[in-house]
Order: sequence, then C-alpha cells, then structure tokens
Amino acid sequence: MAKKLLKGAEAIGEAAIAAGCEGYFCYPITPQTEVAEYLARRMPEAGGAFLQAESEIGAVNMIFGAASTGARVFTTSSSPGISLMQEGISYITAAQLPAVFVNIVRSGPGLGGILPAQSDYFQATKGGGHGDYRIIVLAPSTIQEAVDLTMDAFDLADQYRNPVIVIGDGLIGQMMEPVEFPENYEPRNVDKSSWVADGAKGRDPHLIKTLYLDPLLCDELNQVLAEKYRKITENEKRWEDWHLDGDYEILVVSYGTMSRICKTAIDDLAAEGVKVGLVRPISLYPFPYEAVKSAACRDSVKTVISIEMSMGQMVEDVKLAVEGRKPVGFYGRAGGIVPSPEEVLQAIRKQLEAS
Amino acid sequence: MQSEVMFAGFGGQGIMLSGKILAEAALEAKLEVAWIPSYGPEMRGGTAYCTVVFSERPIGSPIIASPSHLVAMNRPSLEKFAPKMRPSGICLVNSSLIKVGAGREDIDELRVPCNEIANDLGNSRVANIVALGAFAARCGLIDFDLVRLAVETEFAKKAKLVPINLQALERGAEVAAGGKVA
Repeated sequence: MAKKLLKGAEAIGEAAIAAGCEGYFCYPITPQTEVAEYLARRMPEAGGAFLQAESEIGAVNMIFGAASTGARVFTTSSSPGISLMQEGISYITAAQLPAVFVNIVRSGPGLGGILPAQSDYFQATKGGGHGDYRIIVLAPSTIQEAVDLTMDAFDLADQYRNPVIVIGDGLIGQMMEPVEFPENYEPRNVDKSSWVADGAKGRDPHLIKTLYLDPLLCDELNQVLAEKYRKITENEKRWEDWHLDGDYEILVVSYGTMSRICKTAIDDLAAEGVKVGLVRPISLYPFPYEAVKSAACRDSVKTVISIEMSMGQMVEDVKLAVEGRKPVGFYGRAGGIVPSPEEVLQAIRKQLEAS
Repeated sequence: MQSEVMFAGFGGQGIMLSGKILAEAALEAKLEVAWIPSYGPEMRGGTAYCTVVFSERPIGSPIIASPSHLVAMNRPSLEKFAPKMRPSGICLVNSSLIKVGAGREDIDELRVPCNEIANDLGNSRVANIVALGAFAARCGLIDFDLVRLAVETEFAKKAKLVPINLQALERGAEVAAGGKVA
C-alpha cells in the first residue's frame, strides 16, 4: 500500500479499524478530539460501533462491558480524561479483559493546558488506579509508529487479557507524517472461548467479576496477575538503540516526541565531536531496564541523562536500570513547553561537564 | 539536506492547506516529510501557521525554532517569523497585504501580490495557491510537476476548483521567475 500523509489522530483511528476494532467509546477532549471526529464517520463505514458517552466514566464502563463480549474495543482521551477512567481500568484489569486505550498527553496537573507533555508517565506505568495491577504502555515517536503500536496494542491486549495503553503527546496527535498500513494484517489468533460472555446457550455460563470478598480467592487472582506481569516483562520489552556503536561519553534516555528532539541535538553535538548515545524506550511498561543498563555501563560512558517533557518521572526507572553504576542526571520542561534541540544540546553538554 | 518551510497568515487564508499540498508533493518526491500545525489555545481570526519539514533522512525534531524558508501571508506573520529565519532562505511576502519589507539583507525576499493575482484570476480564495506556486518555483527543491499533481489531488473531490487552482499555481511560478507582476 502506498504511503499516505495522515494526521496522527486520524492515523490512530484508522489503525484501530485496520486491527479489527469493533467498538469505539469516547468523550471528547483536546488535543485528540480529531480521533472521535474521524471515527464518527469511519467506524460505521467499517461496520463497527461509534458511541460518544456522557462522560469519560461512561466511556470506560462501555469499554468494560463491550470487552466482556470478546469484541476488540478501544477509547482515546487526554490526561484529565484518562484520570477519570482509572477506576474502570482497574476493574478491566481485575476482570482480565482486553482493551486498548490511547492517551494523547496534555500538560497537568489539574486541568493544566492543551500543549504536549509527558507528565503522565507515572500514571501510565505505575498503576493510575487502585490495586496491584499493571498495564502495557507503548510510546510512539512517529505517526508510523503510532499506527504500528496501536495495531500491536490490540494483539497484546487479547494475548494477555489486559489493558494496553498507547501514550503520545499533542504533537503525535496533531502532526501529519507519511504512514503505511500493513497489507495482509491478521489479528493474532487468540481463543476467547474460555471466558467470553457472549451467551451461554449450550454451555456453562462464564462469570466476569471483580469482587472477591474471600481473601484466599482475591490472593489467587493477584497471583494470576503477577504471573501475567512476569511474562509481560519477560517477553514484551521494546526499545530503540541509537548511535550506540561508537565510544560515546554520555547516554541519553528519552522517549516519544522528546526523543526526536534529542536525536537532532545529538546530531548537532556529533558535528562538534561530542559523542552521545541514545536509548529510546518504546515500551514504558515493561521498561527496558537491561537495555538501558548495558548501554549505560560501557566503559566510555561517563554519565547518563534522562530527558523528558516532565519534571522528572522516567528518570526514576533510568536510575533503577543503572543501579548506581553511573551518575544519572535529568533535564525536562513541563507545562506544555517542548524543549528545543538547542536547549537539549546545552543540557547534555552541562551534564557531561558536571561528570 | 533538511528544509523547513513555515507558512503563516490569518486564520482562513488557507495556510494549513498550502502547507499540506507542499507536504504531499514532498511525499511524492520520495522525501521524508512532516507537517506540523500550530496548535494551542488560539483565537478565531488569530495567526495561523504550519511548518513543513522535508529531508532525505528521517526527521528529528518536529519543533522548528528557525525555519529555512517563510511564506508570510500577512504583516503580523512577517514581523513575527522573518527575524527567526536562517540566513539565505526564501522569504515570500504577500505584498498585497504587507507593505513593509522583511528587513533582512541575508535572505531572498520574494514579493508577490498574491491577493491581486487571485482577484485577477476571479477567485480571491486562491491567494494561498499563488503563494505556493511562487515559493515552490523559486526554491526548486521539489519537482514542480509534483506540486501540480498535489494540487490536482487535493481538489479532486471538488473538480471544478482544479483549473483555477492550477492557474493560480502557474501565475505564482511566473511571478517568481520574474514575470509580469500584476
């Protein structure tokens, strides 16, 4: 299929349809309302359901219900809306249902602003709702990757019977870049027959629930979830190594839109003879600890810096990864400010000088 | 080589569209391309701008502080963005609405009366395409036939608008080449 120029929000909507999504439930919020605008027309054309709920809480519970039937379902929102959905995400995780979420992050806390940010890293990766659970978090840095990861998210959600969230920022939502959809996509074949609530005629009924008053049964559920998260951390780590072939002096860790700005800064530094390597986590949960550690622990590396559009969130995982073997610094801006390549270049230089 | 072209003007001047058409032409030219809109808590009637980035290599930062080229359709845009341009780029000034110069010696200032040309063609709304034609012809970075093709594709669903937009594109290109200024 030829490459098409698509806006991020539309590309994400089209990717969901390409992945066989049958239901989209939403509540509008800037900067991703274009997904809903696009799917209001496209979902019915593709034979799926489009429903604008009365609130984010309504939307997430529609996802909960529709996911129980085994349908591929998803919703999109932005930070404050995703906060409102956390109760439902916790329930969907406890019920072990597949569902896909997209968070086009805006600045916070509170109502914040509508400009790009990465300040929902903690919320996404450390469990935004109550209880002992995890969700898979995928962070694209281009529109093509937003398409690929959205499609993968449906497969991963089915495979692990767990929510998956694709996390981008306003630039991923608003920017246009060329994208290509796979020609012969087949949803990963996951047999849902053992749990799906699609009518019990001729078989024993399936029970989908999240209330476990018996502590032994609730403990058992937590053991099952823990085993699932062990498998996920073993099998689903994704990252990009960039400029790690030489003897770089400093390692940058950055994801999403921010990593692209870092790449421009790193190219500029290379032109001045400063060698910088970069690891870009693509799965934020499971975090690629080993990849960051091995890139940080090369002999040539003096120091490590995490660069984010936040006041310092992923840096905590970078420190865990590096295990104190190298100093780890941080640079970030918040509030919707996207640091320029020049600001990033200066931050890298400063970190290197301090080491 | 990476080029960044900023299109700027009033909301309603077709700024986003002319940027998109250039981006489509760059894609047809097999270049890497990104189209980045200004977005934020904008006011109706305020300044609208978008940046089109194209390159042979993957595009890094989508946020461009200093574009190589500028297409300014109104005076506030020129005053805001001309000082940020990198040296030696093209600065297209819509001289129908902008009576001042870019105020820089180190850029190629191309003055085109886009609105007058559009009015002469009989449709004031094609001023943005006049500007696009003039810019694309002057910069020469993308095969002009691909820009024509992108205009035809963009308006394919409103076929009656294709001829007037193609005329606007050609008139812009003529003016950029030193042809008669209306």
